[in-house]
Amino acid sequence: MRHPADYYNPLTIILHWLIALIILGLIVLGFVMTRPSIDPSLQFSLFQWHKSFGILALLLAAIRFIHSLALVRVRPAAGMSPLEHRAAKMMHHALLVLAVGVPLAGWMVASVSPLEIPTFAFNLVVVPHLPVPKSDAAEAWWTMAHAVLAYSMLALVFLHSGAALYHHYRRHDDVLTRIFGGRRHPVKTSIREWRS
Amino acid sequence: MTRKTALFTALLFAVSFPQAGQSAVEVPSLAEVAGRYAITPGSSIAFSVGQVGGGGIKGKFGKFSGTFNLKAGDLAHSMVSFELKPESVMTGQDRIDAFLRSGAVFDSSQFETISFRSEHVEQTGPDSARITGTLTAKGRSMSESFDVTLTAWSGRMIAFNVSGRIFRSRYAMDVGTPIYSNVVQFDMMIKGERN
Ligand code: HEM
Ligand code: HEM
Repeated sequence: MRHPADYYNPLTIILHWLIALIILGLIVLGFVMTRPSIDPSLQFSLFQWHKSFGILALLLAAIRFIHSLALVRVRPAAGMSPLEHRAAKMMHHALLVLAVGVPLAGWMVASVSPLEIPTFAFNLVVVPHLPVPKSDAAEAWWTMAHAVLAYSMLALVFLHSGAALYHHYRRHDDVLTRIFGGRRHPVKTSIREWRS
Repeated sequence: MTRKTALFTALLFAVSFPQAGQSAVEVPSLAEVAGRYAITPGSSIAFSVGQVGGGGIKGKFGKFSGTFNLKAGDLAHSMVSFELKPESVMTGQDRIDAFLRSGAVFDSSQFETISFRSEHVEQTGPDSARITGTLTAKGRSMSESFDVTLTAWSGRMIAFNVSGRIFRSRYAMDVGTPIYSNVVQFDMMIKGERN
């Protein structure tokens, strides 16, 4: 086990904010493009943008998943109880999994659909459909699963960012600043104590 | 094929190209084929649009009508007039049909018919010709060509295979490119009954 660091490395920070931005954009886009009243031509192109950025999100999230689990280990912020630390870790693990699971479910929607609309990421790369049987029923099921997972992730992101803001504005610790690359107030004393 | 070839030559080109027939015995007289024909509902108007990575959309139009007039000795001025109802499109997938009827593609509630009117016909082979005319769809009229090959003839009936490649961008129907090809490949079996 590596020792927890006092701050996040730049790759962690870049991946965190890039993925956060893409995922939040995809949720807004996903919601807008599935409104029944939308113009069909616009809807078609929004679906294609959604799939393109969705595949990009999947790629980045898969890299981040491995990177975070294998390498990212930071000391708990000053003043956090073991319970709070555990809760934060569980939240991070849930977000790591959902960031991969949600786009995988989206890829399933595209793959099981009898319409067989290709996923042509950014009009550059054909992303093959997953080798699964196609049916309207399977499409309806995966559409539901994808939506439920996506909106559940959104709920978790609200909790997660709410906690971050709470740390920043109420606890006045460095939880939020260090995910922006901040290196102020490194507190080295508690490493051993809080290691999990 | 030889028989059809000869027949067609006789049908359409005998006067201008009296030597084109390969088998003089089977050449029917011009009086037998010249005249006006109505396109029968037994015809099939099929199309396909390729998609990136292979495969694509295949469909048909169920409602159409038309006439053609084979002019003895004046092939170039033989006339074809054809209309189809885009609303009758069938791809086997209701959601695709609805999308094709919508404003994104045919806008079939606004533009109820797609029509073709020939301007001239030119012979391209012993049993084939190329028809050029005006295709009107979604309020836009463009010059298009179709290749015609005789496939059957008997008495009052005549049948042709008609194929053509249409760029849908010319009719403001290019939604979905480049995932779906801009080219719509038509493959039609036109049956005519002489009236
Ligand atoms: C889709 C959106 C988001 C996802 C999936 C996500 C996921 C994660 C994950 C997995 C971590 C752990 C570090 C890592 O392994 O990368 C993390 C850390 C963090 N995130 Fe997010 N995040 C999202 C949005 C946000 C937002 C909007 C904020 C702030 C308002 C935020 C604030 C933080 C903070 C402060 C940390 C560091 C926590 C600590 O140091 O213990 N995140 N996030
Ligand atoms: C992190 C990545 C992704 C997020 C956050 C996301 C989020 C969403 C959301 C919120 C919706 C709307 C659900 C609803 O209100 O019904 C949606 C729909 C959809 N997503 Fe995603 N998505 C992601 C990735 C993908 C990927 C990679 C694909 C396919 C390659 C995809 C394909 C779809 C499709 C086809 C729909 C529409 C389903 C339907 O209603 O017919 N998504 N997505």
